[in-house]
Amino acid sequence: MREITYRQALNEALKEEMERDSSVFLLGEDIAIYGGAYGVTVDLWKKYGDARVLDTPISENAIVGVGLGAALTGMRPVAEIMYIDFIGLCMEQLNNQVAKIRYMFGGKCKVPFTLRTEGGAGRTLGAHHSQSLESWLMHIPGIKVVMPSTPSDAKGLLKSSIREDNPVVFIEHKMLYNIKGEVPEGEYTVPIGVADIKRTGKDVTVLTYSRMYHFCMEAAGILEKEGIDIEVVDLRTLLPLDMETILKSVRKTNRVIIVEEDCKTGGTGAEIGMKITEEAFDWLDAPVVRVAGADVPMPKSPVLEKLAIPDTKRICDAARKILNK
Amino acid sequence: MKTDRDTATRLLTQMMQIRQFEDKIMELLAKNIAEGGSHLYAGMEAVAVGAISVLRNDDYITSTHRGHGHAIAKDGDLNALMAEILGKKTGVCKGKGGSLHLADVSKGNLGANGIVAGSLGIATGAGLSVKNRKSGQVIVCFFGDGATNNGIFFECLNMASLWKLPVVYVCENNLYGMSVSVERACAVQDLTKKAVAFDMKSDCVDGQDVLAVRDTVAKWVDYARNGEGPSFIVANTYRYYGHSRSDPRAYRTREEEKFWRERDPIKIFSNRMVEQAILSAEDVKEVEESVTKSIEEAVDFAMKSPFPEPEELYTDLYA
Ligand SMILES: Cc1ncc(C[n+]2csc(CCOP(=O)(O)OP(=O)(O)O)c2C)c(N)n1
Ligand SMILES: [Mg+2]
Repeated sequence: MREITYRQALNEALKEEMERDSSVFLLGEDIAIYGGAYGVTVDLWKKYGDARVLDTPISENAIVGVGLGAALTGMRPVAEIMYIDFIGLCMEQLNNQVAKIRYMFGGKCKVPFTLRTEGGAGRTLGAHHSQSLESWLMHIPGIKVVMPSTPSDAKGLLKSSIREDNPVVFIEHKMLYNIKGEVPEGEYTVPIGVADIKRTGKDVTVLTYSRMYHFCMEAAGILEKEGIDIEVVDLRTLLPLDMETILKSVRKTNRVIIVEEDCKTGGTGAEIGMKITEEAFDWLDAPVVRVAGADVPMPKSPVLEKLAIPDTKRICDAARKILNK
Repeated sequence: MKTDRDTATRLLTQMMQIRQFEDKIMELLAKNIAEGGSHLYAGMEAVAVGAISVLRNDDYITSTHRGHGHAIAKDGDLNALMAEILGKKTGVCKGKGGSLHLADVSKGNLGANGIVAGSLGIATGAGLSVKNRKSGQVIVCFFGDGATNNGIFFECLNMASLWKLPVVYVCENNLYGMSVSVERACAVQDLTKKAVAFDMKSDCVDGQDVLAVRDTVAKWVDYARNGEGPSFIVANTYRYYGHSRSDPRAYRTREEEKFWRERDPIKIFSNRMVEQAILSAEDVKEVEESVTKSIEEAVDFAMKSPFPEPEELYTDLYA
């Protein structure tokens, strides 16, 4: 199969959905002439012009509000917030308006709105350009939260997000744009709300998503040589969580490690681990373990930045420990 | 304002420090010695240097994501700034902030900011504090043309005008916010008009002329210090480098770049000083050479400095 980058896969998804549905349009900062800070929308403005690829002023709150207004009235907007760190600037519109409007209106409207953004550390950009804020979003009923780890998932999930009649926050990772992977030619989608067991194993269930998935696969290779067989479940969607897949894996391995890049306290693992405790306590042979980001703002210094997020070694150590090896 | 020899030397030194500092960072980025990218101030030196030159030492500034120039002009230590950009322990923020968060509160620099318009609240709040404490200090708040489209800009200008706060808002209009021109981003092209809605005094200045910036900002700093309230100054300027190292600058023409490079703030100023016999050509050369030496020293210091110890990850979070 052909291999393309995560960036190209996302670009293809946008292009295909714009071709397919004339109500799809893009808005965001530097997405037109510049092609997006990370190059995801490259060449789309040349093809579609201002009417469908709209550079906005630096006005995050309005980008989300305007997206909502357009979505409510017959369009299918895809907005880009350049860094998830700027989500605070539009949290009012996202949390109070976008997420709640359908429910408040008694289900009498639809919000087909995709908000693309990117997060994560790795480029030593410091505390305002490196955060993982997905757990904030998981706490908002009414939106869906998608975080793909591979090019093929990125493409299929973005297409599904754009077709979805509910608001989706689609979070990319800045360190994944250049990774390559197999992506089928032609039309396909990946469903929202379905996790993917990317490596089957019998000893431990490792739940992860986004960039950390790649760290987990690296760890799996190392652990395999030691006779430890981990099952890597790529969650892909954080809200709604695919508890069925998670619980099936837990009942098989009886041990769970959650690997997440965000700050540990109140992070995604807190919710996922608690759900497992509620629903599968009797199946657990050991307490659920988290390998998570440090509870600090992301430091600039490259040495501290590496320490602030999980690495392969910490994942391996956690697996050995949970198995008493 | 008259320019004596000492003042001229100081202004020229600072502008050259900023220029050479930025050129050096570009070099370090290209060699992957500096990581993470930086927004460079080259081309805009006269704005920071001119504006800050009229402040008292205890006055405050707030800076932007393009903050190296402001930091140097506010009496920044070149070694500590360079080390910070490389993420070293000896950096002005112990390597925790980096280029986007250069700050030195002890010198009245309330910080660069990774968030566009992120420091407008800080500047306005500092103005409120100064007013309450009756300390007679003034705040100069720097931000770009792009920042004037963010909600907090309007909210802060309204408060500052309403409460007559001693804040001078200096908009560095370099024609673009990243790739989007003022033309494509602002409904009003004359940015001084944005102050009109708040009944705030406004002014406009050639941002390539350090003496013009000095005179204009001096006037509004006095106004603020006299308790008459805030003001809004638009300084027209240009950034030489792209937004980031990989920026192909497709949104602007090479002719436009050439036009602005011919209006280089350092050349304009040094030529004028030599013409007016305030400095000699030798003086200018001497300043340049001593600046080159100090930048080399700063790089050397930064490169030789250690990275922070692992324990530093958890320090400084709470007082
Ligand atoms: C709230 C926010 N939105 C977007 C960005 C990304 N960004 C960084 S600099 C920049 C352009 C800022 O333009 P301007 O205010 O004119 O300052 P300049 O870079 O021209 O000095 C953008 C969009 C950001 N850092 N913060
Ligand atoms: Mg600008």
